[in-house]
Amino acid sequence: MQGAKAIVESLKREGVEVIFGIPGGASIPFYDALYDSDIRTILTRHEQGAAHAADGYARASGRVGVCTATSGPGATNLTTGIATAYMDSSPIVALTGQVATSFIGKDAFQETDIIGITMPITKHNFQLRSVEEIPKIFKMAFKIASTGRPGPVLIDMPKDVQEKEAEVEFPDNVEIPGYKPRLKGNARQIKKAAEMLVNAERPIILAGGGVIISNAHEELLKIAEMLLAPVATTLMGKGAFPETHPLALGCIGMHGRKAANYAITDSDLILAVGTRFSDRSTGALHCFAPEAKIIHIDIDPAEIGKNVTAHLPIVGDAKLVLRDLIKYLQAYQLKKNTRWYEKVQEYKKEFNPKMDYDDVPLKPPRIIKDIMDTISYDDIVTTEVGQCQMWAAHYLSRTKPRTFITSGGLGTMGFGFPAAIGAKVARPEVNVVDIAGDGSFLMNIQELATCSENNIKVIVAVLNNRYLGMVRQWQELFYNKRYSSVYLGEKTDFVKIAEGFGVEGIRVEKPSEIKEAVKEALKNEVTTVIDFIVEPECNIFPMVPPGKCLKDIIE
Amino acid sequence: MVKEDMQHILVALVEDKPGVMQRISGLFRRRNFNIDSITVGRSEKEGISRMTLVVKGDEKIVEQVVKQLNKLIEVIKVSRVDERESVVRELALVKISTKTDKERAEIVQFTNIFRGGIVDVSRDSLIVEITGSSSKIDAFIDLVKSYGIIELARTGLTAMVRGSKK
Ligand SMILES: Cc1ncc(C[n+]2csc(CCOP(=O)(O)OP(=O)(O)O)c2C)c(N)n1
Ligand SMILES: [Mg+2]
Repeated sequence: MQGAKAIVESLKREGVEVIFGIPGGASIPFYDALYDSDIRTILTRHEQGAAHAADGYARASGRVGVCTATSGPGATNLTTGIATAYMDSSPIVALTGQVATSFIGKDAFQETDIIGITMPITKHNFQLRSVEEIPKIFKMAFKIASTGRPGPVLIDMPKDVQEKEAEVEFPDNVEIPGYKPRLKGNARQIKKAAEMLVNAERPIILAGGGVIISNAHEELLKIAEMLLAPVATTLMGKGAFPETHPLALGCIGMHGRKAANYAITDSDLILAVGTRFSDRSTGALHCFAPEAKIIHIDIDPAEIGKNVTAHLPIVGDAKLVLRDLIKYLQAYQLKKNTRWYEKVQEYKKEFNPKMDYDDVPLKPPRIIKDIMDTISYDDIVTTEVGQCQMWAAHYLSRTKPRTFITSGGLGTMGFGFPAAIGAKVARPEVNVVDIAGDGSFLMNIQELATCSENNIKVIVAVLNNRYLGMVRQWQELFYNKRYSSVYLGEKTDFVKIAEGFGVEGIRVEKPSEIKEAVKEALKNEVTTVIDFIVEPECNIFPMVPPGKCLKDIIE
Repeated sequence: MVKEDMQHILVALVEDKPGVMQRISGLFRRRNFNIDSITVGRSEKEGISRMTLVVKGDEKIVEQVVKQLNKLIEVIKVSRVDERESVVRELALVKISTKTDKERAEIVQFTNIFRGGIVDVSRDSLIVEITGSSSKIDAFIDLVKSYGIIELARTGLTAMVRGSKK
């Protein structure tokens, strides 16, 4: 069998249905083999778009997303997408063309050391050296990407290996000696966790992205209700717990809900599940939940004790650990801690965010509210990065896992739109809305062509403030309003751009038009860009200033 | 302060594949870990290399180092070696300038005391091979420094736990 055919056969055996990418000299044989297969190829307009689309596909579906690029510049264009997936533990497999084996190291045309470049941003990477090893390497790559703490895996495919013929065998399973993720939590530790939770006076659950990845949301809900414990999430954990639930606090963190930041600061025990305690979530560490003991459940042992000290570490898969925890909790006569519950309800009532602004130019919270009221909880929202992302995270309620997709760890502008494309391809039955900033959208706006040419329908809601708004906000607050290189100007016309790409564009300037526009976009058969003209210098508040404590959140 | 700079010895069994060293050194750089030395060579098992790493840091850092190393797919096992229960060795080759017969005789004498060997002799220099703990090598170097060390090559530590346990 020819190498390229073995690659395609391997992909099929892993259940791959779609690949996002752009071909080039070093990947023509691979694309030639794809031509005969029933794997759908989606030609993006930039490799970064391909990587984010694969990532969005993975986050929306829980399955591995696949992207591909040619050697050299194609491969390097993937790297921002790979790093984004790495930071947020998203399972993607990136396939890169490479110059022929005999040219490697000779600075051949379009040669780049993509293995070296991506070592620190992949969970693992491989370079094919022979046709015979293709099935095994692909099996390993998909296993590594999708199990344990998921992450991106790259396979570099020299052109001659794609072209050569050899006998190949496709194994059903592979052994990877150095890779044994621990799934089941230590029973004694979990028992101890149950005891600590039962005895806590002010317990709080902190749900991170790991809850979503391991599909542990039902178990989490059950535990919260058993203990009457409030639940805050990190940005990555948004959707892990229904935000309409009385126990839901929303996100903690720099732009989290005040109630969430206050409650976690007051708590005496944190049950942290699948979170790495990033600095954007915790604020200053010395005053992060100063009275609380921490039970830290994570599948990655290296996350435990990395940023905060865990009083009780439990290494394992969130779903399995929480299942066991429920079992142990059931052995107790649970008395519901109503005092703490009431305190939390007070916070929630007192700090309930205002959204019903009628101002012109528009205030973003109003836009988010009207979008939320128009779409369903099954629909998927992706975000770009900046104020737009934080407005979405703060104001938009989500109730289901995998319905809020955002670049949390890397904070990649330009992520949301291609990720929306990937999400839509994975879940065509739901609507997908990218809550975008004007600056971010421009970073991968070329993917509008991918939408129109492939009949992929998403909605891009641009919160158009004509600024790199988040940077402008920092300059306003912390650099004496010296607006250095943040003004994007007035000339860019997103409606015309949309039309130029063969999709719909709607401009919205008044609050009364917001819902109409969203409804129209939902009805449209093609992608719609809604250009919301928002107050240019509107800030996202509340905010914990950098280096400050969660409770020092300002408005 | 002394505790902060504690030296820890780790032994890692890794797959003998291209790029493994780069993965490990890249990890140390990226995570801001301090390595004193790394030695690599074959182990008793085909296809598996054995690495000895000497790292500096407090307990928390060393724990992170072990965990992060374990995350690398090609790292099969990482163990911490307690110096008191192990044989810990380093090899050094020291080229020393010897201008007179007297100097040469003195170096030979020191070498014997340190159970080293003279492995090369030329008209005005000697190469001494010496094995032992790092502090023993330090002591030897200190002793011969005044003669003029022309070249020094130290391998870094390699270590093995005593007894039949693996
Ligand atoms: C690729 C990339 N470049 C730069 C930044 C730094 N940055 C963070 S937010 C931001 C502004 C984003 O502007 P926009 O998309 O218009 O969103 P807004 O904050 O205005 O809502 C910038 C430049 C980044 N996060 N990502
Ligand atoms: Mg903007």
